[in-house]
Amino acid sequence: MELNCRHVWARISDYIDESVSAELRAEIERHLEHCEICAAILDSTRNILVLTADDRTFELPVGYSERLHERLAAELGGGAEPANE
Amino acid sequence: MATAASGRNETELIARIVAGERELFHELIRPYERMAYLTALAIVRNPTDAEEAAQDGLVNAYRHLAKFRGEAKFSTWLLTIVVNEARQKLRRAKRAREESLEETLLGGDREASPAPLTDWREIPSEALERKELREALRAAVSELPAAYREVFTLRDIEGLNVRETAAALGVNENIVKVRLHRARMMLQKRLVPVLKSATPARKGFWGRMPWS
Repeated sequence: MELNCRHVWARISDYIDESVSAELRAEIERHLEHCEICAAILDSTRNILVLTADDRTFELPVGYSERLHERLAAELGGGAEPANE
Repeated sequence: MATAASGRNETELIARIVAGERELFHELIRPYERMAYLTALAIVRNPTDAEEAAQDGLVNAYRHLAKFRGEAKFSTWLLTIVVNEARQKLRRAKRAREESLEETLLGGDREASPAPLTDWREIPSEALERKELREALRAAVSELPAAYREVFTLRDIEGLNVRETAAALGVNENIVKVRLHRARMMLQKRLVPVLKSATPARKGFWGRMPWS
């Protein structure tokens, strides 16, 4: 089967996650070799995933960890034992 | 992500906390602080509510720790509690203007076409030193429909696998895959023009955009 661009887009996420069959993977790769548009879409999508997963993109609020552990300390010090009901 | 070795260590930590060494709870949840916050943020969308939901969730996890039986991974169990906390918060605040998933699913363009770009040059991670780029990425994720944003956050930002994401959000694995695909395609479409303009102009750098 000859894959067209739409077929490739529909499976691009599975391809990135390596959850396509070996056969489909080979077909997608054959398509990517001669289709610079799909190749660029794949690269840009991967690039976006790298950038959004970078810790600098989604930073924790300043003091988040300190406030969290203060609150936990209050709970651990004052509260009951972890409930077992 | 927690490894098998840290899994064993966690089981031991949990047993000791439940047996009375309460202080160890700080250590137990330290690896998941970021995950708890980002998960809550994906649901409630504002930093103050997200912090509160993450705190409430982690306090609840402590209170119910003895109920953790190890059927699920500890991280998944913990996230489920944070997810519930954040969702309750959202309902209480009546901020749940449910973005209609139905609408997105049924509305015309079934598979959104990605933004074409023939000469994509990678935006290097160093570019994240620039505030505008970080803001553009955050805004694009934040504006995804809720159901897509949650899946994208757990899978692609926090690095959970499909099964863990499905368990934490209470949906099936197939739904996770479909939503993730759509989220990624929406982000690609939305961000390509932004990233282009965020990159210093260089002749021929971005190439032509045949379908624009």
